[in-house]
Amino acid sequence: MSNSYDLIVLGSGPGGYVAAIRAAQLGLKTAIVERERLGGICLNWGCIPTKALLRSGEVMHQMRHAGDYGLAADNITADLEAIVKRSRGVADQLNMGVTGLMKKNKITVHMGTGKLTVPDKLSVTDEGGKTTELSAKHIILATGARARELPMKTAQADGQRIWTYRHAMTPPDMPTKLLVIGSGAIGIEFASFYNDIGVDVTVVEMMDRVVPVEDADVSTFLEKALKKQGIEIRTSAQLEEIKSSAKGVAVKIKDKAGKVSDETYSHVIVAIGIVPNIEGIGLEQVGIEQDERSHIKADGFGRTNVPGIWAIGDCTAGPWLAHKASHEGVTAAEAIAKELGNPQVHPHALDRRNIPGCTYCHPQVASVGLTEAAAKDAGYEVKAGTFPFIGNGKAIALGEPEGFVKTVFDAKTGELLGAHMVGAEVTEMIQGFVVGKTLETTEAELMQTIFPHPTISESMHESVLSAYGRAIHI
Amino acid sequence: MPIEIKMPALSPTMEQGKLAKWLVSEGDSVESGDILAEIETDKATMEFEAVDEGTIASIAVAEGTDEVSVGTVIAVLSVDGEDTDTIAAPASTPPSGKPDTPAMAETAQAAPPSPAQPSPPSPPPSTPAAPATLTTPARHDRIIASPLARRIAQDKGIDLAGLKGSGPNGRIVKADVEAAMAGGSASTTPGIPVAKPATVEMKDETRALLDDRIPHSVTSLSSMRKTIARRLTQSMQEAPHIYLTVDVTLDRLLAMRKEMNAALESRGIKLSVNDMLIKALGRALIDVPECNVAFAGSELITYSRADISVAVSIPGGLITPIIADANGKSLSEIAVAAKDLAARAKQGKLQPDEYQGGTASISNMGMMGIKQFTAVINPPQATILAIGAGEKRPWVMDNGELGVATVMSVTGSFDHRAIDGADGARLMTAFKRYVESPLGMVA
Repeated sequence: MSNSYDLIVLGSGPGGYVAAIRAAQLGLKTAIVERERLGGICLNWGCIPTKALLRSGEVMHQMRHAGDYGLAADNITADLEAIVKRSRGVADQLNMGVTGLMKKNKITVHMGTGKLTVPDKLSVTDEGGKTTELSAKHIILATGARARELPMKTAQADGQRIWTYRHAMTPPDMPTKLLVIGSGAIGIEFASFYNDIGVDVTVVEMMDRVVPVEDADVSTFLEKALKKQGIEIRTSAQLEEIKSSAKGVAVKIKDKAGKVSDETYSHVIVAIGIVPNIEGIGLEQVGIEQDERSHIKADGFGRTNVPGIWAIGDCTAGPWLAHKASHEGVTAAEAIAKELGNPQVHPHALDRRNIPGCTYCHPQVASVGLTEAAAKDAGYEVKAGTFPFIGNGKAIALGEPEGFVKTVFDAKTGELLGAHMVGAEVTEMIQGFVVGKTLETTEAELMQTIFPHPTISESMHESVLSAYGRAIHI
Repeated sequence: MPIEIKMPALSPTMEQGKLAKWLVSEGDSVESGDILAEIETDKATMEFEAVDEGTIASIAVAEGTDEVSVGTVIAVLSVDGEDTDTIAAPASTPPSGKPDTPAMAETAQAAPPSPAQPSPPSPPPSTPAAPATLTTPARHDRIIASPLARRIAQDKGIDLAGLKGSGPNGRIVKADVEAAMAGGSASTTPGIPVAKPATVEMKDETRALLDDRIPHSVTSLSSMRKTIARRLTQSMQEAPHIYLTVDVTLDRLLAMRKEMNAALESRGIKLSVNDMLIKALGRALIDVPECNVAFAGSELITYSRADISVAVSIPGGLITPIIADANGKSLSEIAVAAKDLAARAKQGKLQPDEYQGGTASISNMGMMGIKQFTAVINPPQATILAIGAGEKRPWVMDNGELGVATVMSVTGSFDHRAIDGADGARLMTAFKRYVESPLGMVA
């Protein structure tokens, strides 16, 4: 039967399409089911188009500082429509790319909404309402996640004045006064972008610091940098009330001391996390277990409690990052190939300690592993080192002397427990530490590594040296 | 003229061995009889003596190197007055050793009493040259381990060679060392060197069999274990076994043993039951020579002396030291020899001719409480007796009345290609007779 496969992947985001390609490479007859656009959120509505927007913001930021470099630029204006058009063009180009990859790897694409009926069968209903039955030896659920909404009924994202990331990416008009709720990666990136193109931006955060998953030193540094750029940051703050009207959004914010202030914003971006896409895909029919936050439970290889059904990416436990989903996709595809009798593949379970995280605001934030506080909580005797960009020649030459690299080691074994960076280009540098952690390097190999001069990456080396009291340029 | 010191053949069947340890270094002067090295074969570790005197000019095979073929140059000895600096280890040397499969007749000359075997001036013309053996390079299997795993292992005194890696391509990672520290591996005791470089990398066939959902460890087989596996498989595949069981009463033998031990006490000798069973088997084999044989394909070898191989359990496996001429030896001689052989077997100090050969075997699991079992024939022998525990059982006595006797069950395994059931039965009957009327074996 032509609709019978070795593997069907439900969802074609960075988890799903990568899983499908790896499975096809391993000789499995593979199909992928997508209800919207190949490439999922990441490529169409997330990682990629936001990077295009942020690039526009960054160029604008640089132009405003042209004088610092001996240049002059006058009448700098942002054409929001053109910026968004460029961003959509980038997404479209990559969407075509994934379409080509599916074809090249002979992966059958079924467009429509997929639903498990029994553990080895999936029904796909297309836009016209036509339903096709597919069957497979294995099924990977990679349905992803969507923005979490505010609990208040009066503040549901409508795309008019109250936005999720998706609306914020294709804004109908230019905000004048913007409130960003939540200071995780998504909130901070949009705050950074809109601030760069000249919007008055405020960020509210329930926790006592911005980017709360990062090392406390990074949060402190970033908050200062963002404030310096003109962003208003309100931490330890709670939304009491939020009301949208034609005139704007009226918000009551309670600060740490309990004082409530009234503000009106032209637009609000809700960036308070994600919820997994687990509705209507047949989890209940086949009895797949979910955790207390309704994410699908899966082991280090992606196995759910139902044999033959796997889950990867944002519909499972975090961190909810595209590269984590892709890695899980490869692992699951290899584990499936192994179960189907391929002796050549040796998948390894996901190691959550080695998943990097990046935030593309200005300055950038990148990290991997344990923060200093988390390492101490975990009982490690810690050796930590920090090196500021002000001691780095390249950073000064670039006019980007703001930032630092912090490394956290286990004092007993020299294990690199975590690395935390803030500043220019750090998202492109973190992989050095990720490779190191994956190879289980100690401080000795990192110290022994020759870093090229002049690069900002020399700060990584200096940070390691600093942890052992040996930094040269400070 | 420098003398090449070659990997000795320490037994007739030895083809390769492990250079376990050098006891001399380059530049040391040695005299005839000095111990040069310890060589590990599949069954024992042996000392390798110098025959000539001179100075060790170079060592060509590093200690710890496994699978060194017999005849490989392992060191070069310079005789007096030579400049040792000019003597380098040769890159390759055709070994002067023996052909790959030695014929039985060559055995005597191929196993010299002293294991030291300096190179003869030229190979005997009749000896076909074995394929040229390259001087085995000092091949230390590289241990693939992460820096962190190495650091922790060093700090905790854990030998990485004994660990199995769970990382990519079998790399030893932190988790493996921590598992070893938690007691998952035998090689964790700090300060105690690991007996064998156990695991290097999992073989594909192991991976195919392994169910990695179950906690496990993987260890390389010792050369002894490999030999046991090969020979027992060969035996069961090639020799159709027949099994004949008899029950034997021991009361008279025990009474005689008690009396003899009392008499032997002043000489410091104590007979074990097993010593007496060895003697009984030796006698029985002389009485029934049809069972004292080796099946040689198109011919049958019948031995007229009974050399009994006695299975001795040692750490990591089993070895079978031989009581030669068990029929001709007195019980006290057997007791002394058996005690000495068993003690040295447990230390791995047996010479090959002390455990290779034999015309029939005896395996006693009575002391482990086994009532009855069947043993696998030890090829090329054709007979092995499996001795169960002597235990008090209800027994119909000679006078026809029910009484209590000490009885053991003995099962003989015979190579049915060479031995007919009736001959096997005659051997079992003869054995039973000697045990039940023990004066017959000393008369």
